[in-house]
Amino acid sequence: MTPKRKQKLYVIVGLVSLTAVAVGLTLYALRSNINLFFSPVEIAQGKAPFERQIRAGGMVKEGSVARDPESLNVEFTVTDYVDDLDVYYSGILPDLFREGQGVVVVGELQKGGRLRADQVLARHDENYMPPEVADALEDAGYQPSDFAEKAADSAAGE
Amino acid sequence: MKRRLLLFLPLIAFLGLAAFFYYRLGMDPSYRDSALIERDFPAFSASTLEDPNRTVDESLLKGEVTLVNVWGEWCPACKQEMPQLLDLAERGIRMVGVDYRDTREKGRQFLAEYGNPFELNIFDPDGDLGFDLGVYGAPETFLVDADGVIRYHHTGYIAPEDVREVIVPEVKKWR
Amino acid sequence: MLTKMIPEIGHFALIIALLMAIIQAVVPLAGAATRRPLWMAFDRPMAAGQFVFLAIAYACLTASYMADDFSVATVANNSNSLLPWYYKLSAVWGNHEGSVLLWSLMLSAWGLLASLWSRRLPRDMVARVTGILGLIGAGFLLFVLVTSNPFARLLPNMPEDGTDLNPLLQDFGLVVHPPMLYMGYVGFSVVFAFAIAALLGGRLDAAWTRWARPWTNAAWAFLTVGIALGSWWAYYELGWGGWWFWDPVENASLLPWLAGTALIHSLAVTEKRGSFKSWTVLLAIATFSLSLMGTFLVRSGVLTSVHAFANDPSRGLFILVLLAITVTLSLLVFALRAPRVSHKVGFTWLSRDSLLLVNNILLVIMTVTILLGTLYPLILDALGLGKISVGPPYFNSLFVPLTAIMSLFMGLGPVARWKQMPGRELLSRVWLSGVAALVLGATIPLFYGPEWNAKVMLGMMLALWIVLPMVRDIVARVRASSSVGRGFKKISLAHWGMVLGHLGIAVTMVGVAVVSNDNIERNVRMAPGDSVEMAGYTFTLQNLRERRGPNYLADTATLRVERENGTHFMMRPEKRLYLATGMPMTQVALRAGFTRDLYVALGEDLGDGSWAVRLQYKPLVRWLWLGGLLMAAGGVIAVIDKRYRRVPARDRHAERAGAAPATASREATA
Repeated sequence: MTPKRKQKLYVIVGLVSLTAVAVGLTLYALRSNINLFFSPVEIAQGKAPFERQIRAGGMVKEGSVARDPESLNVEFTVTDYVDDLDVYYSGILPDLFREGQGVVVVGELQKGGRLRADQVLARHDENYMPPEVADALEDAGYQPSDFAEKAADSAAGE
Repeated sequence: MKRRLLLFLPLIAFLGLAAFFYYRLGMDPSYRDSALIERDFPAFSASTLEDPNRTVDESLLKGEVTLVNVWGEWCPACKQEMPQLLDLAERGIRMVGVDYRDTREKGRQFLAEYGNPFELNIFDPDGDLGFDLGVYGAPETFLVDADGVIRYHHTGYIAPEDVREVIVPEVKKWR
Repeated sequence: MLTKMIPEIGHFALIIALLMAIIQAVVPLAGAATRRPLWMAFDRPMAAGQFVFLAIAYACLTASYMADDFSVATVANNSNSLLPWYYKLSAVWGNHEGSVLLWSLMLSAWGLLASLWSRRLPRDMVARVTGILGLIGAGFLLFVLVTSNPFARLLPNMPEDGTDLNPLLQDFGLVVHPPMLYMGYVGFSVVFAFAIAALLGGRLDAAWTRWARPWTNAAWAFLTVGIALGSWWAYYELGWGGWWFWDPVENASLLPWLAGTALIHSLAVTEKRGSFKSWTVLLAIATFSLSLMGTFLVRSGVLTSVHAFANDPSRGLFILVLLAITVTLSLLVFALRAPRVSHKVGFTWLSRDSLLLVNNILLVIMTVTILLGTLYPLILDALGLGKISVGPPYFNSLFVPLTAIMSLFMGLGPVARWKQMPGRELLSRVWLSGVAALVLGATIPLFYGPEWNAKVMLGMMLALWIVLPMVRDIVARVRASSSVGRGFKKISLAHWGMVLGHLGIAVTMVGVAVVSNDNIERNVRMAPGDSVEMAGYTFTLQNLRERRGPNYLADTATLRVERENGTHFMMRPEKRLYLATGMPMTQVALRAGFTRDLYVALGEDLGDGSWAVRLQYKPLVRWLWLGGLLMAAGGVIAVIDKRYRRVPARDRHAERAGAAPATASREATA
């Protein structure tokens, strides 16, 4: 090989290995740092892993928000009108957090089935339900009519 | 020549990305449109919320542009939506309600409390009409033209700005 | 009578501007292709006309806001008679329609300037550049008129009063952040136009890069300020004390910034050495395309984000078509016209050329990883593999090491010579700086900060490693000349720009490292009379009051903050309820300082007279934005450098000859 070709080879090998490292790093980072989304119905079906960070979402059930009078601890129920998920959190809730509004929580599911939230995200969304939840319901095999029936029940049960 | 082909790689990569964006654009969940647009309002026969003995069918919606709003007493967003619906009714738009998956008593109570913008309400306790309309829940709103054809479908809560920006222009368009 | 017609006048001016943009696009481009001087001469007048009429349209829209003309839909939806006048001014661009109009206005302004300040360029080059800018302008004006007319009326049912400007936007940071950002996005259109014009004209020597460099630097400086302002705004306005969220919209602005940074460096190599020609053209196309793509992602509703404008699929489709046409055509021209022959300019492993190549590779890798992280959830969702979100840990775990690797090379690049740099000489130039960076970086955090932290130490070392070799280099240059003053004068403004830019990166890095690791946050429940101690400050809640602002109601808390030495000051965070929209807003109280910020935000009313309060101590947080300002200042200083306005003898010769001789080989040997 001429020195020039040799140099070219080095450049190419260098570039390829740099790119390979970058791609590898990216894929590794993607694998370990994504948060899968689960709706209460999926959690009730046991699809969500325990003690791993996940996202969950639904509507904050009317009348379910309970504040501890001494601290910043708060508990509330997230519902997709089919199943409920109890969430507890310590800290300040976002400005747009409201009962009957959509919410997404990021946290870890505990063995007892409750979710310890590290982050509560409320969205000022014109949708009546976070779109992820509507999709999850559909995926779980619920017909719109089932869902509405449950919705009526869960409201009636209060 | 080979080198020249290599120069086309960025173009190919971009075209792939653009195709993907185009595909995504159609998937926007808030525009999950019912397949019913441009179709006739489904045939139905039901009693009214106001009067159990009065039966109405799809001919009710013919002759005038009508907004059909699917609501239920159990639906929190419907309560927040009421001021906008009353506003729409005040603007002279004919409104028909569908009381969806509800009991007569609760439905009436709801209207007494939050106001009644509707000319009348179709009572749909088992969700039959809702099923035919392909609704997921409430509120959802359909714009039906004078020939009884669905022209627009609004999924979810109608915000105050939606009244002006979306609903009223749509109604004008089909009048 | 005439005042009632202001929106119609604006609408009409918009239509005229569109027509002029079309003429500006078609006639000069055709003239350049057929070598007709008369046709080419249309470029400057049309660029001027387009700008003037857009300015009229913009003034008309502003007048409608100031006059509370709620018959105009955008005014009714984004303003209110109670809104203070300065927010009425900024409300013009606080919504989709107005901001696209501002975009177009800025684009025409850049186009006008580019056509005016190019008297020394070959005639056909100016015609092509102006024509391409006219084409982009026409596309955007069409977009405005077809899907986003800001002058649409609400007649006859006009509302009594407007729905008010989103409270999040009623703030100084958001008054200045979008225009700066748009100036940056739009500014990259100039270098894009230069690149395409060079491809079209077959004038792919190093000359076009010299003309394009100042424009690129200016656009980059604007974008840098825009991003820094956005981060600053998020910091004090969102109430969480975070300064970068890796939100899709933030990423959309970071992508063109990274590509633009790579472009600045690659332009330098092409100008000085004649190499990387195709690569530079490709980067110029990519930078502007990423600006457009950012706009598409933000406005189409494809990405959901706190910043996103109201979604409208028809708008999204229009921008997508615009994006597709622009990028496809330019990449097609690139594929067909990019120089075939690979450059013969050699450089060795160790040279400024190769170091800048590494810089480009790293910046492109960063761009791609961020793009991937932003689009990954969309791709998975489309394939039906589940709903995911890619959180900050992903971006941090890639961006931080990549930045660290890059700063290793940043220490070497500025002091290395072009073409060839003997390893021993390079070592002799940097070894002292390296040792000093290691020692100082390890010891400074010991004196500062609450506790020693390996990450802070690493950040300090890298920042010093970026700065010290440059300082040594300047000292050596000054020493080499006869007097200190002359020595400083000898260093070009462009070099000072580079030094400032790199210094800015170092300052930002220190800020990031310290505030990310030594930040203290406490969320507490406080009733009047309660005290909390944090980082040497004692916060006492004195009272809670209700107050009425111009268009909101506020709960105001007064906190007395006592330093260790006994002096004290007051902080007043608020929770506001905006009346027209019913939207609550957190107004934080900040005590800003060069070495630390104190940050107090009211959470929520807990009922029994006590409130949730968020207290934060944020060391060196100001350095983040200070670094951004330094970078932008570097860009501006490099623009001022006279070198870019001198006409090199070669170009004059080329202009007289009328054709494009291959100056590249001469340039390369020079």
